[in-house]
Order: sequence, then C-alpha cells, then structure tokens
Amino acid sequence: MDLVRHISNNRFDHMENIVIIGNGIAGVTAARHIRKLSDKRITIISAETDYFFSRTALMYVYMGHMKFEHTQPYENGFWKKNRIELVKGYVTQVIPDENKLLLHCAEPISYDKLIIATGSKPNKFGWPGQDLNGVQGLYSKQDLDLLEQNAPNNKVCKRAVIVGGGLIGIELAEMLRTRDIPVTFLVREDSFWNGILPSGESQMINEHIVEHHIDLRLSSSLKEIVADENGKVKSIIVEETGEEIPCNLVGLTAGVTPNIDFLNDSGIELGRGVKVNRFLETNIKDVYAIGDCAEQHEAIGNRRPIEAVWYTGRMMGEVVAQTICGNKTPYNPGHWFNSAKFLDIEYQTYGWVFSDQRKKAEEVHFHWRHPKEKLCITIAYHKDSEEFLGINTFGIRLRHDIFDRWLSEKRKVDYVLEHLADANFDPEFYRTYEKDIVDQFNSDFGKSITLKKKSLKRIFQIA
Amino acid sequence: MSTYNKSMALTGEPPKNLSTNQKLATLTGVVGLGIMLLAIFNVSFPNKTLWLSISLSALFVGILWFSWDAYSQKLPGIKNDGVWFKSISSRGFWAWVAGLSLTGFYIILYFYPEYLGLVSDGDNKGVIGLFDPLSKALSGNPASQWFVYGTLYTVAILAFGIKFLWKYRHNRYEKLRTISVMFFQTAFAFIIPELMARLNGDKILNGGSLPYYDLKNVWPLNYYNFESYRIKGFLSSGDIGFALLIFGILSIFVITPILTYKYGKRWYCSWVCGCGGLAETAGDSFRQLSDKSTFAWKVERWVVHSVVVFVTLMTTAVVYSYLGTDTSKYWLTKSTFLIGVAVLLTLVFGWVMLFKRKQLQKDAQYGAIGYFVIIIALIGFHFFSGDGYVFLFKSETLRKSYSFLIGSIFSGVIGTGFYPIFGSRVWCRFGCPMAAILGFQQRLFSRFRITTNGGQCISCGNCSTYCEMGIDVRAYAQKGENIVRASCVGCGICSAVCPRGVLKLENGPLEGRIESNQVLLGNDVDLMTLVNQK
Repeated sequence: MDLVRHISNNRFDHMENIVIIGNGIAGVTAARHIRKLSDKRITIISAETDYFFSRTALMYVYMGHMKFEHTQPYENGFWKKNRIELVKGYVTQVIPDENKLLLHCAEPISYDKLIIATGSKPNKFGWPGQDLNGVQGLYSKQDLDLLEQNAPNNKVCKRAVIVGGGLIGIELAEMLRTRDIPVTFLVREDSFWNGILPSGESQMINEHIVEHHIDLRLSSSLKEIVADENGKVKSIIVEETGEEIPCNLVGLTAGVTPNIDFLNDSGIELGRGVKVNRFLETNIKDVYAIGDCAEQHEAIGNRRPIEAVWYTGRMMGEVVAQTICGNKTPYNPGHWFNSAKFLDIEYQTYGWVFSDQRKKAEEVHFHWRHPKEKLCITIAYHKDSEEFLGINTFGIRLRHDIFDRWLSEKRKVDYVLEHLADANFDPEFYRTYEKDIVDQFNSDFGKSITLKKKSLKRIFQIA
Repeated sequence: MSTYNKSMALTGEPPKNLSTNQKLATLTGVVGLGIMLLAIFNVSFPNKTLWLSISLSALFVGILWFSWDAYSQKLPGIKNDGVWFKSISSRGFWAWVAGLSLTGFYIILYFYPEYLGLVSDGDNKGVIGLFDPLSKALSGNPASQWFVYGTLYTVAILAFGIKFLWKYRHNRYEKLRTISVMFFQTAFAFIIPELMARLNGDKILNGGSLPYYDLKNVWPLNYYNFESYRIKGFLSSGDIGFALLIFGILSIFVITPILTYKYGKRWYCSWVCGCGGLAETAGDSFRQLSDKSTFAWKVERWVVHSVVVFVTLMTTAVVYSYLGTDTSKYWLTKSTFLIGVAVLLTLVFGWVMLFKRKQLQKDAQYGAIGYFVIIIALIGFHFFSGDGYVFLFKSETLRKSYSFLIGSIFSGVIGTGFYPIFGSRVWCRFGCPMAAILGFQQRLFSRFRITTNGGQCISCGNCSTYCEMGIDVRAYAQKGENIVRASCVGCGICSAVCPRGVLKLENGPLEGRIESNQVLLGNDVDLMTLVNQK
C-alpha cells in the first residue's frame, strides 16, 4: 500500500499545492486527511488565529474553565511535523482564472486546488444601532477578546441583553452569569428554540433558564439599540412592548450566515453560501467548499442545504480529502446526530425529531419527563409503520453507536423501548429511568412492552 | 488577551472574589492551623485535649463552611467557573505560597521531626505533644510525627471529601468513589492500625507485636512491607501475624491482578488508595495543572517504570539479605529466592513479549528488554561471582536510597508539596510503582476502558484539561477511539466535565477494546472503511 502510494505520488501529484482558506474543524480535518493519504503540499490560511482551536470551547475560556491554549487540540509542533504550512493572513479575493489568492497586505498565493472553509459570521438584521460599541456576536476568537473588554465583570457591564434564542444565545447567557452579570434574554419565539425542539422539551429549558436567574423574555424581539453620548450602548428597546432596558452589552446571537463576502465577483457560484454539488465541488474546477460556508444545491434528506454544525464540517473535511487524493467520494452523511448543553442540561439527538411546527402528520411523538429532575426524552416514530425515526434526550446520555445501528436496521419503536437499557450511556451507578419511561409508553399507547435487561453481548455485538 | 485582574489578594478581584462567608470560613481554618503553629513554637496549651479539639474542629468547620457557601446556592452541575482566574488554582501567588509551605512541612516531617516536638525519651513537646491525648486514646501510646501527619491527612480527606461530594452532588459515580476513599482512609489507614497496636504483647499474638500495618497499603507502594523487622514482627505474632504476612503477599500477586482485570486499576487508585484519596479530595482544586504534553508522557513512562525496577531490585536485595543459606533450617534460602524472582520475571517478560508485544510502543519494548536483561544479568553475576553483595550494592544502601529518594522526596515533598504547581497526581503518575504495575496490567489485560460515544466529540478540551494524570483524553475522543491508557486511574472526571456526554468509564469484553476502529459515525460506511485504512 505504502509503496503503491509513493509511486503514484511521484508520477502524478508530487508537490501539487493544496490551499485551504480557514483553519476551523472543516479545513483542518481536510488537511489532516490529505496528509494521511498523500505527500501533497498543504497550506492553511487563516486571519483568526495562528493555530486550530475548538470554536465550541471558546465559552469555557471566558468562564475560566480553560485557558485558550487548552482549546487547541494539537500541540504547536504538530503542523511542522506533518508538513502542513500555516499562513496568517486575510484573503481578500480569489482569482480562479489565475489559480491565485490575493491577501490583505501580503504577497498573493497560488494554488493547484483550493478548499474554501471560511465558516460563518453572526447574523445582523439591520437593527438600528447594531454596529455600536458594545454590540457583538459570539463566534470568533476576536469576539471572545472583545467580550473580555465589553464585559470583564459586573462593574463594567451592569446588565447584558442577548438577542436571539438559539444555542449561542444560551451559551452567552451562561457565560455572563458566571461573572454575576445580570442578563436579559430576548427570544422572538413564544418558547425557547421551539422551531427545533418539541414543546415539552422547550418548556423544560425555559424553566431551567429562569432557574439560573436569567431574565427570560419570550415573544420579545429587538426594535433598536440606543447609544449614549460616546457612541456606546446605553439601552435597547423591545419591539413588542416598547420597554427600554438599560444595558452595557448587547449580544447578537440570532443565528449565523456563511462568511463568503470576499468571494463576490470571483465567478464562484454563491447562494447564501458557496454552492457545491455532492462532491463538494463548486462550479469552478479545482475549487471546493466545505463546512459552514458550503451550501448544497439540493438538501440531503431532512438536512438543510447549509449545515453549520461541528460534526458536518468534520465529515465534509474527510470527504473532500478523499476526492482530492484521487478517490472521488460524494458527501453522503449517515444518520443525523447532534448535541448541545443548555446550562446544566446535556442534550443529544439521534435521527429526526421535529418540533411541533415542522413535524409531519405521520410523525408521532412519545414524550416522557421526570416529575422532579430536569430530565426528559422524546421519541419520534412513524404513525403507520411504527418505525423508529429519532430521539431527543435531555439529561440522560445515550449511546451513539446503538442508535445509529437501530436507525440503519429500521427498528420499530417497540423494539427501541424494549432495549432502551442497552442505549444508556450515563456514568456507572447513575439512577436509570428506562422502567419509568417504558411504563409511561405502555400507558400512553396501550401497549405491554417489558424492558429487557442491559446486555453487554448486544451492546458490543459479541457473537 | 484577558483583562481580568490578576491580583495577589487572597480574596481576589472580580470576576472571582471571595464572599464574606468564604472570607470568614478561611479565617476559621487559619485559626485551626494557627493553634498548631503556636504549639510548634512551644506555646504550652493547658488543656491539650480541648485545644486539639478546637484546632481540628476549626479546620473542619472552615473547609465545610467555605464549600457550603461555594456550592449550596448553585444548581447541581459542573462547578469549574473561574478555576483559571483564581490565584490558588492557576499557579498564581497563593499557589506558590501553599506549595512552598507544604514542601517545608514535608521536609520538617521527614527529616527534622524534633522541630515538631518529637522527644524520643520522655514526653513529647510542641505540636506532637498536642496530639498525645488523641494518640493515647487510640493506641495507648504517645503520638509520633507520623501520628500527627496521619491525623491531619485523615482530616484533609474527610473535610475536602465532603467538599467534593457537594461539588459533584449530581454524579453518583463520583459520590460513591469519594465515600469509599473517605472510609478506607479513616478505617484502614487511621483507626484499625492504631487499634491493632493495642493487641501487641497480647496472648492472641502469642505475646508478639505486629508491625504497623495499613492493610490496603500493598507492596510495592508499601515498599518496606517485607523488610526484616516486619517479617520478624509478623512471624512472632502467631497465626494472626502469619495470616497478615500471607495477605501481604497475596495482595500483590493474586488479589490486585484479579480486581484490576475486572475493573481496571481504578478499584485501587481512586477508590481505595490513600495517596489517591488525598489527590482526589484535597488535591481536586489542582487537577487541571497536570502537564498534558507528549514530552511529559515520555518522561512519565521512563521514570515510573524505572521506579518499579528500583523497588524490585531493592526488595529482592533486602529479602535476600536476611534469608539463610541452609535448606535444612528453612526451605526458602538466598538461592531459591533469587531463582524464584528470576523465574517470575522471566515468565512475565515472556508472556508480554509473546502475546502482547504488538500493544507496546517501540520505546516501551526497548525499555522492557533493557531492564529485563539488566535484572537477569545482575542475578546471574551474583550467582557466578559468589559476591556477598547482591546487585553491586549493599542491600542496606539500596534500601536507604529508595526510602530517601522515592519514599520521602518523591512521594511526599514533591508529590504532595507541589500539588498547587504540578497538579495533584504527580506522585501517582511519575513515581508510584504500584500504579505502574497496575497500569501495565490495565493496559494489557483488563476489561476496563473509557468508551468514546461515536462521533459526538467537539474537541473542546475539558476532558484533557481536567485529567489529573495528564492524559490527552481529547486526542482519542475526537478520533472516536476508546481510551485505554496505563496511567488512567478511573477518577471519572473527564466523563463528568464532558459537555456532550462523550465519555463513559465501563468494563466490557477484551475483544475490540484497544484496537477499536476510528468510528466517526455520521459518515456513510464506505467512507469509514477508507478512513480506517492505515
């Protein structure tokens, strides 16, 4: 294998220059896998940081759980050792006809193949005052640094208002609360994240947000941000009530949008993101796009055309590396999964469970919630075939491997409940709730399922 | 760039300052320590029982009060807010003060106990004198520096154990494990040996006297267990003494391998062991300081395995030195013993090289071969030269060097004294021969692993940061690989701090435990076959 690879490299692609714009999870995964498969020259350009870091971990730096260097998954020597060249610079323009990139205040860089992996930027919807001092999103390392300036403690920042009830909004609220900064959380919907979560779950998170002394305002949107005499944020005005809330920080967390402005006029086809086919190729030969900034021409299954998720960025990186190294492979993601943490409550999802608004007529939900603790699950299945479609779990960890298997095997909902103990991934000695869950399922749907005992043989598939 | 203030004030600056309650609690604890400090400087307390009670209670109350204020108002969950902003837990000014004070204490404890008030003939003075009433109540004997140390050690594990229980009250694995170390410290390390001392000279021991024996302290952690004075003590104490000696031998050769096979080395290192117990309770605030670099990992593997070789040589030499040569007097002679050691080591070495070689890295193989050759050569030299010394040195020289370098300096002064600088498990990771032997077995022959939950890792780094053993947990988790590392003590904190439910400590089949595929679930199967090709 090694010998064959070596010969082929010498003959065809020795010193082929792969340039990747963006050092996030998508770009870095692509680089690592190209290196595994070939001896090509690899260059990563980023204006954000010198080295790859985990974007999802930025919150823990502000909270004091970690230092910034802890968010970097590879030691600094890793890149040199693996011959991945890092360039700190900002790409201002791509000229595909000349295979060339123009950089801000630096020499142009030429490429043989280009991977665009520039990620996202926070949404701004044209609110009056959205560019004032003290208004910011939370996406980049620069945003984190800015937050340290805008909200170092509760003397400088006496109150913060967060606009947009999604994953980043609740993370920002959690962060600010660790420094005892009062937070008002404006959520446009009438319940937190209920465009995604079924109502029972969304309701539980509402309660948990309030429990953390966050001033949660549902059905509230931003009308305008008011400046003081120095051009700094002074207050915001709520659209629905006209109420003015004094604050020193406004966090704009109403979703993200692909970070692709520098590609205007490049000839690369753009929609909201960089348009790509299933091979992650753009309309221009040898130019690829992956991660948050890529937009599929046609959505894959129930997925959205743009998937701004850590895991999909990583998968696209793996796929594009195969294609670039001569093994043309389509992006063909398996069963959907995702996870998040809402303050103290962990959330995992496997397969598809849609919110009340988006759910189709044939999708039936079974919802269980613990009478006291903040724990709940929702299982979705098909009304007629009773095929298991997906599960959302809050506060109970579940085994990815098992659900991936059950989804592939198209198991019925009864089978899933019967074997639910196999799927538990909570630490040892934790209380288990499978019995309660199955009991309620039986009483809700008039069934008589008995829970099977957890079996190592089934979990680890020992013959 | 951070703009928070790094202040030297103990009370801290926003964002992390101490509340009024926490200040008062700290003051209470300091008063408790202050009484002992005054005793060290020979302030004579009229009623020692009363003042010792006040002092220990003040320590207890101070720690509990502080923890109550820190955790009781918060919802159950991970409590690491501001860890890297506080001077004491981020190698700031107070960390150095604490580290140097602890180090100083250990140096006095090990080498100058007379400054603590130890008097060999007559009544103790100073702080050791303060502890006399408690010691007499337990064992009937006056206190020694080790009794003072043992008491403070137990108080620390109990008080900080309660703090830990509060901090992790949402996590039953952590709670049970902590209750276990608190129990083993109090009962096995502290009370039982003191009570056992009451039996000395009794009929039940045939008038003999047992050596001080913490039953859970297994050789080679308890490196002196087979020294001649202890063997004499065991053998002089009738059936009970003999049973304890047999228990000591079975502990390392039979009991620990079985338990480690079933549960991993965690059954010892983070459920039973006293060193582990202190690290997990009093040392919990410092776990994030361990070095995660690959360089540290290399150093760790060489140093800790060298200590195993050292303790094996030392113990062999010591046992050899007091055995006889005449088979008619006792079946175990110098030669039979040496041959026995050589055979045992050859068996272990042969088993690893034949069946487990693929699981060892190159340098580990070289190390194993090198050390094996050295030990066998030394035994061989001895046989053929007929020299009076075994292993080139006098057994007494080996014993003293080990006791000084490893027993005192490494495990005490560096291991515990430097908690606030190097993290809480420096001794367990770099020095403990027991941990190395259990780890060797955990890596090669155990059902224990930390399972990675498919593709859910987001590489955030909480697991690696809070791993007290300096394992880069994330490096495995982000590839979808299970974590099977010799050094893992199974404290479970990586799993606890993981925000996405990725890690689970569990016991399962050996098959596929280590050589697990890189299963990045979420991609289609064909691609995974390609990704997994090496």
